[in-house]
Amino acid sequence: MTDAALSNPLALIAELTHRCPLHCVYCSNPQELSARQDELPTESWIHVLQQAAALGVMQVDLTGGEPLARPDLPALIRTARAANLYVNLITSGLPLDEKRLDELIAAGLDHFQLSFQGALEDTASEISGGKSHAQKLRVLEWLRSRRVGVTLNFVIHRRNLDQLEEMLVIAESSSASRVEFAHVQYYGWALANRELLLPSREQLTHSLDFFKNAQERLRGKIRIEYVVPDYYAKFPKPCMGGWARKVILITPSGEALPCHAATVIPGLQFENVEEKSLAEIWQKSEAFQKFRGEDWMQEPCKSCDRRSVDFGGCRCQALVLAGNAAATDPVCSLSPQRAKVDAIISAIRETSPVNSSSGSVVQPAWLYRPNPA
Amino acid sequence: MSPDPNSRPQLAPGCRLGENQGQKVLLMPERALRLSGPSLEIVTRCDGQHTVSTLIAELQKLYSKADPKKVEQDILGYLQLLHDQRALDFPS
Repeated sequence: MTDAALSNPLALIAELTHRCPLHCVYCSNPQELSARQDELPTESWIHVLQQAAALGVMQVDLTGGEPLARPDLPALIRTARAANLYVNLITSGLPLDEKRLDELIAAGLDHFQLSFQGALEDTASEISGGKSHAQKLRVLEWLRSRRVGVTLNFVIHRRNLDQLEEMLVIAESSSASRVEFAHVQYYGWALANRELLLPSREQLTHSLDFFKNAQERLRGKIRIEYVVPDYYAKFPKPCMGGWARKVILITPSGEALPCHAATVIPGLQFENVEEKSLAEIWQKSEAFQKFRGEDWMQEPCKSCDRRSVDFGGCRCQALVLAGNAAATDPVCSLSPQRAKVDAIISAIRETSPVNSSSGSVVQPAWLYRPNPA
Repeated sequence: MSPDPNSRPQLAPGCRLGENQGQKVLLMPERALRLSGPSLEIVTRCDGQHTVSTLIAELQKLYSKADPKKVEQDILGYLQLLHDQRALDFPS
């Protein structure tokens, strides 16, 4: 069911590849990763970018996996700029050297968003399953002398919540004008590792106080933004600005999704950009139409005053937590299934590294995200 | 804290003007501000050339029917807002 007047998408998320040199335990990619041989060629991505601009999209996120795994990045950036798109690179910073960085900026990159898995090398290595922290600090150094927008994205969870001060030190000694403290959201690999990642309410509250103080102290110098785990919220997040209202995501193999996690919802038919135009997909794709408007809503959403504010929350989360993608997102205090979320929270055991009798630290049993074939 | 009247506001790295659906927009990381009328007149003058004083004077002339003091307050407020969002720098 469409809105009376379907508005244009505003953002394109271009998941160029699921290949990545890191194996982060919180990765939001689906647990079924796209194989390298299935990746769209350069010409196909060029066509997607041009169609997106024609549809009214303003910004493109070049992401993955790790977008730097694609050698055609400069060509894609040039295409996006020529089509008047604002170009964001969402990256781990590897593999990268100064020459390549200059190439990306010369091609017209607007904004470089660098992820951090911790403030300390040991934590970063544990969370990402590889050595990357030193490289990220090198990239920060290179960025100081280049003119490009810079955001540092610190992914936050129980294992690194005690490093917020140190994270801010890294940010303040860089040229970043924006910092995002992103509490993990529970999809993909993060869902598999949730038991080890989800913070306690006390930890969450402490982090919120920290973020608010930092925002105030650094006002005018660094724009600090933060995302909280919505298990602790009273009302759900307006996920993606509503299902298929503002964003199109294209997977490495060319499938058009309304969001990162949509493939968890059974029975949805996804179109491919190699077979249909982006305009046709946006307007008519069965998957995009599925949760537009209000006809699909169940109670209490159906008659709730907030339904145009948060759209009933997240469809994928409703599927994962309540077994039904059309249900009220169970994180909502008005959901009849809220008790399921409360039970998950109650089950948190605040673990810290366990010292074995030999004095060595025992690592939690993480499920690391592999590199697809 | 008000912008220094002698500083020359300019768009911060990663921020630039664009156009969408026939309207001018200010593009920045994960945000876009639609510009029209006064906001457009202000932002297009944040070119690293106009001082804050000159910018105010030009808009007071452009909006000659408005109270000049209010024009000044509104501009300073808007520049401060854009600065806080890290869309503008005020190099002296």
